[in-house]
Amino acid sequence: MRDLIIVGGGPAGLAAAYGAYEKGVKDILILEREDTLGGILNQCIHNGFGLHRFKEELSGPEYAQRYIDMLKDTTVDILSGTTVLELREDRTVCALNSRQGYFELQAKTVILAMGCRERTRGAISIPGSRPAGVFTAGAAQKYLNMEGYLCGKRVVVLGSGDIGLIMARRMTLEGAKVLACVEVMPYSGGLTRNIVQCLEDFGIPLYLSHTVTDVRGDRRLTGVTVSKVDENRNPIPGTEMDFDCDTLLLSVGLIPENELTRGAGIEIDPRTNGPLVYDNMETTLEGVFACGNVVHVHDLVDYVSEEAARAGASAANRILGKIPEHRAVHIKTDGAVSYTVPQYIRENAEEKTVSLSFRVRKILDDVKIQVSDGQRTVFTAKRTHMAPGEMEKIQLPREAIGDARDLTVSVEK
Amino acid sequence: MKEMICVTCPKGCRLKIDEQTLKVSGNSCPRGTVYAQNELTDPKRVVTTTVPVSGAILPRCPVRTSAPVSKKLMIKIVQELKKYSLTSPVKVGQVVVENILGSGADVIVTRNL
Ligand SMILES: Cc1cc2nc3c(=O)[nH]c(=O)nc-3n(C[C@H](O)[C@H](O)[C@H](O)COP(=O)(O)OP(=O)(O)OC[C@H]3O[C@@H](n4cnc5c(N)ncnc54)[C@H](O)[C@@H]3O)c2cc1C
Ligand code: SF4
Repeated sequence: MRDLIIVGGGPAGLAAAYGAYEKGVKDILILEREDTLGGILNQCIHNGFGLHRFKEELSGPEYAQRYIDMLKDTTVDILSGTTVLELREDRTVCALNSRQGYFELQAKTVILAMGCRERTRGAISIPGSRPAGVFTAGAAQKYLNMEGYLCGKRVVVLGSGDIGLIMARRMTLEGAKVLACVEVMPYSGGLTRNIVQCLEDFGIPLYLSHTVTDVRGDRRLTGVTVSKVDENRNPIPGTEMDFDCDTLLLSVGLIPENELTRGAGIEIDPRTNGPLVYDNMETTLEGVFACGNVVHVHDLVDYVSEEAARAGASAANRILGKIPEHRAVHIKTDGAVSYTVPQYIRENAEEKTVSLSFRVRKILDDVKIQVSDGQRTVFTAKRTHMAPGEMEKIQLPREAIGDARDLTVSVEK
Repeated sequence: MKEMICVTCPKGCRLKIDEQTLKVSGNSCPRGTVYAQNELTDPKRVVTTTVPVSGAILPRCPVRTSAPVSKKLMIKIVQELKKYSLTSPVKVGQVVVENILGSGADVIVTRNL
């Protein structure tokens, strides 16, 4: 029986391991599918990681290296090239690698840190033929940044998620011509910073409220048609624009990778596609915790590390016998707030505040975030600007919760 | 008054800058002031790309400029770096090119390979 097994060696898994180690747990094992640690950070060679965590602006691999170095002098064991196939309710982890074959390990606690997967063309429906030249932005990023292979010369990007924006700049710098970025929503799905420095810096037009309505090409893509959409996201006839391109990049969102979570019977929040969690990042299966993109999509790795450190510390508490109270306060949402993580808060004397993350459904200016217990407002915070592409965080003081049964988070003018 | 979004870090603060006095407001940290002032005079960005590496587990090694460089130099730097290659082992922070194209910034390795 191991004390702690962590599934996934991306930034979440690494920070969770360090968090648990710092709290005094020595017997920790990380299982990682790839041959190297760092997860998605290995292909994110751009800068912009770590300004909060390290007060420095690092590239993705540099950020990962910091954590890999922090783990060097610890007793944390790492098994890379190892895929976890199944998690059972008794916290048995079933895994496979080429050296040991199939094996099973039971643990007192498990932390899930499997990250996200990209939505593909199948997950959204694009009409037209099925030629080569249609890639997810993340696949194109991996080819270019890790293999050195540029997947096209004339590019249209569908979706304004961060990966697509980052790839528009990256491919431009490598000599490709990025003709347009097309977004079906009336606002961008990515960070404003990326709109400015990936599109505006290079004069790449962003078409909001537009989508791809036709894909042409026999063997290789030869062009796409882009149309304006109405408020119900239906294409408006007569607004078609044709682009001659050999590549279409899809940057249409990420989905938390939760097959293992579902298999273990853990409850999933349909709004985040990730497990429901308590404030200590424990899922509905006792002793199993989750953190990072597997819980909800983060835009900043710094916040992934913070959340993961909390999961690590909480697993340590459980191993050391410090078990949280059972009474839980349910966090509800109202109006423009689309979800919160955690969804439940339990009584726990150790931390004075609860860190609450959430997203809004639309762009909002000069608003107040409000938390109410049904009778009164227990917490407020002002924001000058909120956008769906940017995760929000508040620190809710525990004393504000009092003996409330549930709390509602909303955003008011 | 000119409005802009600070792109120094992913927080993306909305800055206001007075074109005459160069006084900045709306920033959450001092980098915002420097950014807004540069943006009016000579906009600067960190350049990131890859360089071939031999003998490593990957064929490409990620690199970046050690400091932001003039925006005009971005594409030139990426093209200039096509002349360089590395041999494993390389370490984070190792200099690939000093003062690239006279920008004042070095190009450094960002992954141990
Ligand atoms: C293109 C892009 C650009 C970004 N830009 C920025 C930025 O500029 N600044 C910033 O701060 N953040 C940025 N982010 C966000 C940040 O990188 C992510 O939020 C962070 O990497 C998520 O970490 P994670 O550990 O949860 O997931 P991941 O990094 O995805 O790691 C998950 C790990 O789990 C492993 N795994 C999955 N399933 C299994 C299994 N069954 N068995 C074993 N191992 C498994 C995977 O191989 C992977 O290594 C960006 C993200 C992307 C995709
Ligand atoms: S002002 Fe500071 S905190 Fe705000 S975006 Fe710029 S660097 Fe980030």
